Amino acid sequence: MYEGAIQDLIDELGRLPGVGPKSAQRIAFHVLSADAVDVKRLASALQRVKDLVKFCTSCYNVAESEQCRICRDPRRTNEVLCVVEEPKDVVAIERTGEFRGRYHVLGGAINPLEGVGPDNLKVRELMTRLSSGEVKELILATDPNTEGEATATYLALLVKPMGLHVTRLASGLPVGGDLEYADEITLGRAFEGRRAV
Amino acid sequence: MTGFRGRLTRDDAVVLRVQKLGESDRIVTMLTRRHGRIRAVAKGVRRTSSRFGARLEPFGHIDVQWIEGRSLHVVSQVEGVDLYGKRFLEDYPRYTAASAIAETAERLTPMEHEPSLRLFLLTVGALRTLAAREHTVSLVLDAYLLRAAAIAGWAPALRECAVCGTKGAHRAFSVPAGGCVCADCRPPGAARPAPATLALMSALASGDWATADASEPGPRNEASGLVAAHLQWHLERGLRSLPLVDRSVARTAAPDLDRTLDPTGKDRA
Repeated sequence: MYEGAIQDLIDELGRLPGVGPKSAQRIAFHVLSADAVDVKRLASALQRVKDLVKFCTSCYNVAESEQCRICRDPRRTNEVLCVVEEPKDVVAIERTGEFRGRYHVLGGAINPLEGVGPDNLKVRELMTRLSSGEVKELILATDPNTEGEATATYLALLVKPMGLHVTRLASGLPVGGDLEYADEITLGRAFEGRRAV
Repeated sequence: MTGFRGRLTRDDAVVLRVQKLGESDRIVTMLTRRHGRIRAVAKGVRRTSSRFGARLEPFGHIDVQWIEGRSLHVVSQVEGVDLYGKRFLEDYPRYTAASAIAETAERLTPMEHEPSLRLFLLTVGALRTLAAREHTVSLVLDAYLLRAAAIAGWAPALRECAVCGTKGAHRAFSVPAGGCVCADCRPPGAARPAPATLALMSALASGDWATADASEPGPRNEASGLVAAHLQWHLERGLRSLPLVDRSVARTAAPDLDRTLDPTGKDRA
């Protein structure tokens, strides 16, 4: 146990996800030995992220103004809406450079074991967006795990009566992998989603 | 075993819960046949290149090998025995019921490494029945909750008075008393369920599926409420997944948004 400011810093760092007591101590002593300018820059970045960053009023992605960069972009189509769980999923899809529509960030997935139901997600907001009639295709890009698939199933049930074209991201074999190492679920999905060549 | 710091153990298990850990790992909570409930780290399973991540999804019956650690074990190999989870993905009510089954199994095994073979077999059987789609979701769930409570030593008295033990079909049901109570022992606030509700609860507890399947929606709703109240009274804390269970029989028709978003799902049976 240390005294005063250094112990306070270790305690605060230890509350961050994935940072244990030893890591917190290492980071605290790194901060202590770093240049004052670097430390001020880090402190300023932490403060700014809380002061400036908020959620986009349209898609609930992170933004520094009322609407995020993607919602403000007039070159993107409003006819295709991609539903994702978290803002980091938006970044992952944007990196592909394949999608030119809009996003809707749910803020998680339905997980009854953690007490997360549809009311805890941005589902009502999604339905409000869809009711405008502008969206023609809804892409359900939730994670390909049990919670993500259940969330996609739930949303599909809600949305299909609206007459939208609802699609789900394909899942199958990763590029660069060996077939013999694929598990039966992934391989089964790859067979279901096979395409003509 | 040379080269391994920890001992290798193999057992079959049902996956109850997964939690994210670090960049790409997960902590997997499993109920095993011979080792009770255990928690183990599955390294790298969130990467798309993981060789066994899909087999460690919730509700799967698996054959698993782990390296014993001081606090958490580490999963080394997994084979699927029957991966029920994938059969619930396109059926939201069954997914929510499976979640309640998994949470109940976890709550009824508070101590890790304490074998509970009967609960393991009951849990696997309930998930198998749920996946087979032979019975209504709420009946399978209520049957599981009743029998799991019985394994924990909290079987409700359904054919005798919970207080004095007088045999017979009594009309009042008291959760604090532990089941049906006779007219003399009935405490204030005891419920008066329909006789058909108590008959359904007896059928579910004893595995009389012919009677259970023939029951009406009214007694089913009432039985679900009593079963949930009985179990949660003994657990001393509510099950988080139970209010989110979707008890609708089938939702192929256009769902009513306001009602569908109701997390209790109580009014949709």
